[in-house]
Amino acid sequence: MSETPLLDELEKGPWPSFIKEMKRMAAVKPYAKNVLLQLERSYKEKVTHWKHGGIVGVRGYGGGVIGRYSDLPSDVMPTPEVHTLRVAQPAGWFYSTKALRKLCDVWEKYGTGFINLHGSTGDIILLGAPTAALQPCFEELTSIGFDLGGSGSDVRSLSCCGGPAFCQWSCIDTLDIYHELTMEFQDEIHRPRFPYKFKIKISGCPNDCVAALARADLAIIGTWRDSIKIDQDAVREYAKQGVNIAAVAARCPPQALEWDGKELRVIPEDCTRCMKCLGALPKAILPGDDRGVTILLGGKATILQGAFLGWVIVPFMKAEKPYTELKNLIRKILDWWDENARTRERIGELVYRLGMRNFLKAVGLPPVPQMVYVPRANPYYFWSPEELEEVK
Amino acid sequence: MAAEKKYITDIGPPHYKEMVHPVLLKNYGKWRYHEYVAPGVIKHVSMNGEEVYMVRAAIPKIVSVYFVRELCDIADKYSDGYVKFTSRHNVEFIVTDKKKLDALLKELKDRGWPVGGTGRSLKAIIHTQGWVHCHTAIIDAPGLAKALYDELYEYFVRDDLPGKLKIAIACCLNMCGAVHCSDLAFVGMHRKPPVVNDDIVSRLCEIPTLVASCPTAAIRPAPEKKSVVVNEDRCMYCGNCYTVCPGMFIHNPKYDCLSMWVGGNAVAGGPPEFSRLAIPYLPNNPPRWPEAVQAAKKVIETWIKHAKKGERIGDWIKRIGWERFFTLTGIPFTDKHIDDFIFSVPTFRTTTLFKWR
Repeated sequence: MSETPLLDELEKGPWPSFIKEMKRMAAVKPYAKNVLLQLERSYKEKVTHWKHGGIVGVRGYGGGVIGRYSDLPSDVMPTPEVHTLRVAQPAGWFYSTKALRKLCDVWEKYGTGFINLHGSTGDIILLGAPTAALQPCFEELTSIGFDLGGSGSDVRSLSCCGGPAFCQWSCIDTLDIYHELTMEFQDEIHRPRFPYKFKIKISGCPNDCVAALARADLAIIGTWRDSIKIDQDAVREYAKQGVNIAAVAARCPPQALEWDGKELRVIPEDCTRCMKCLGALPKAILPGDDRGVTILLGGKATILQGAFLGWVIVPFMKAEKPYTELKNLIRKILDWWDENARTRERIGELVYRLGMRNFLKAVGLPPVPQMVYVPRANPYYFWSPEELEEVK
Repeated sequence: MAAEKKYITDIGPPHYKEMVHPVLLKNYGKWRYHEYVAPGVIKHVSMNGEEVYMVRAAIPKIVSVYFVRELCDIADKYSDGYVKFTSRHNVEFIVTDKKKLDALLKELKDRGWPVGGTGRSLKAIIHTQGWVHCHTAIIDAPGLAKALYDELYEYFVRDDLPGKLKIAIACCLNMCGAVHCSDLAFVGMHRKPPVVNDDIVSRLCEIPTLVASCPTAAIRPAPEKKSVVVNEDRCMYCGNCYTVCPGMFIHNPKYDCLSMWVGGNAVAGGPPEFSRLAIPYLPNNPPRWPEAVQAAKKVIETWIKHAKKGERIGDWIKRIGWERFFTLTGIPFTDKHIDDFIFSVPTFRTTTLFKWR
């Protein structure tokens, strides 16, 4: 009889099964098998059997390793230490098979051999290694060119879309910005010293394929401030093929497109860069040439005061190597947050508590209408003493 | 004396220029357009006319090193030893020789790797790690994802849904998955306050941090026992106290459950929307969670039947109204659906304009 009757149910069906994958490791590694058997027990009892992580890690780092211990007695779970390593992914999740194979060899040697490709933040997740294996595993990982990512109250591993590597819409070099910022903030990523986590994500265009706006404390999203570029011959070619150009123009949310049967014109100052027409006529419309980023702050999931979507703090910033202005702004934001936040308070919640007024002043950003949908409807605003001095 | 081995730290991830396929590097920033060729196959064309086919396949997310090596074998054979993963954790093979395309698709089919997830299809499910790793997991997201995928398989390999369909699963309210902005989402939920273990709290936890962790101020210090007490009427079972202190044991398999959320999105082209509560209680029923899977299927089928082309679930609901959504899906509306947390009032209907059903 099977030792895992409940998990076996998840080997059925057309979708590839993670249980099958776990069993492949369990067949050759007793350590991996113990984890599988504990999982079966969780399925039976409908409860997790992992305890809070203890302080484990590698020399010189505070983050990157998640401590994990089983709560089961040793006769049931003889190997209670099953820690996780978060390994920083290359920009845009591009890999050579050479690099992936090396990673597999190291991980097969030290851990369960289970890999989560990838974790929600973006890291390669190496699932399950005993305490004694952490340091040698880390040293072998760095010897093949990989490093740990973030965990705990630090700047978490960044993530970015594939950008200019294959997409015509990318207004910025997402891969390079990812790599440059990751290298700039190595200390902040590896050594937790902040009130809580801080996530940075980079998308090449407003389509935001890494959902930076919803999932990052700081979202860096490529954009342009001149006009979309329309290739009229390509538009007419679409029309000839039967594409209803008038309908594309009619679906433009701010009504910034006009089609007279021969030419598709845009009113650049009315365009909000929603990407709808670029998606409908990919061969005919491209982003403009004056490119940079819009920066949004505060996105997060529900814990504690509710989910926030990131809001605009910088409508436009040029993003050219070495990204000095961007790096300086991030440092200012991190410092202000570090100085003012309570324990486990994300930057969005801090701004909610202290107000945009204080935030903007502290980091030196000018208030602009692009920051809000509507101005306030209540009369309870503040004046600083300096502003009153000006009135006299 | 042998030189001491240098201790390497802070090298960061491998540089992308060593990881990106040479043809993609050659055309870096010079792409002209892309188009869907078939479900799972996107053709990218560069300014100088070079063509690349990206073939998207699903993986079981939690995999073995053997699986990754097989993935490398396929990439060596068809995409010159390079591969990429998407932001929703699919794998993409980069095919520069069109003649290899059919053979790759056949090999993926023979191996049972679903090809799809492009255009108006079910996208790969974003989910958390569940009971295989986590101490706060209420449900096992990987297991529920597998059960959902088996039932919704066709929607991944086809691309004729009204709009794209993004599903996310979070094992608990920490929401490591992107449940708060998904077309359809599940979240594992507690329904009882934590049980305080005074011994653990007094030995292992910092009391002020623990008290401050509660969003509803339901936790008060109890100095006489160097522990805390919970005002159970105020507790909303978020589990934040358990995250900061193992002495606030909140798991309770008898009462723990799932909730289902719909209508969120995080895309441009319209302001993003949060997912909204559809079903406050579904049983936590491993190994295949049939009630949750059927509830998702019901909403998805209702959407397919009633939505206009181009409408995601949230767009469709916005057009017909939430009152119609509950009528069409047959999901009962309860007091749980009416927000009573801190940003509730703007969600109340402040007009006489509504539909009767």
